[in-house]
Amino acid sequence: MRVASALALLFFSGIIFSQDIDKRTAALAQELRCLVCQNQTLAESNAPLAVDLRNQIREQLAAGKSESEVKDYMVARYGDFVLYRPPFKLATLLLWAGPFLLLLFGFFILFRKIRSRTGQASELSDAEHQRAAKLLE
Amino acid sequence: MKLAWTIMGFALLVALLAAGLRLDPREVPSPLIGKPAPAFELPLLDAPAKTFSQKDMAGKVWIMNVWASWCPPCLVEHPVIMRMARTGVAPVVGLNYKDTREDALPWLKRNGNPYRQVVFDASGRIGIDYGVYGVPETYVIDREGVIRYKHIGPVTPEVAQQKIEPLVKELNAGR
Repeated sequence: MRVASALALLFFSGIIFSQDIDKRTAALAQELRCLVCQNQTLAESNAPLAVDLRNQIREQLAAGKSESEVKDYMVARYGDFVLYRPPFKLATLLLWAGPFLLLLFGFFILFRKIRSRTGQASELSDAEHQRAAKLLE
Repeated sequence: MKLAWTIMGFALLVALLAAGLRLDPREVPSPLIGKPAPAFELPLLDAPAKTFSQKDMAGKVWIMNVWASWCPPCLVEHPVIMRMARTGVAPVVGLNYKDTREDALPWLKRNGNPYRQVVFDASGRIGIDYGVYGVPETYVIDREGVIRYKHIGPVTPEVAQQKIEPLVKELNAGR
């Protein structure tokens, strides 16, 4: 009885373990780019290489490697390009900061426009001031 | 004045987009350039009992060409690889990628065999180590076993003459 329950425990923990690996593999495959169909993740792509790489992820996770170790493995072979979320470093500075720079530039243009417009409105000549004063009397 | 700014802005945008169009998004810069060629110990295509390793090429400048019989662009580049091997630019080692012996050996018989050795990577595992994602791919490896150049896609006569051959000469000349 005890042996049976121990075996059962082993069996079910094995199932739970492999389910866990499946989940982690799927999650990690979502984060990595398929190099064959470059706008798909490894999870979505059915290219033979994507299948191989998914198997690699699964194997390595099952062997006890962490997510970041598996990512490092991929980056060492295929470069930062495989990461859907590229790392923040000098080469990717423009990529990350670019949208914010554009936003700042937009604000700059907007402020200049608004200021020049309000400036125009308030700049009345003396003659115009007198005319306005007369009209308001 | 305002028109000048608008035209300048537009010209800048056009220049940026034109530069973007010239880039090939399929060419992923390899992080392996300047790194030691990943180690392998694989059976030979024509002699499964024998193995071959990248160490066997130590001290030589050599070319590794990843190919498969199922890959049409490999057939396109084949004459170029043949010519490089025949003119003795450098020894060429073939990595037969995710192929079968039944297909690969007749393919070589039909189209000619430029390779000093062909190693057989049936699972594509070593291909992954070399960052292969689209056969054919071609590597130039120096005497110290460091990858100096990688070409993705079929090697054209221009690439062979303007990139690979000068690089091999330079690597052979520099001690």
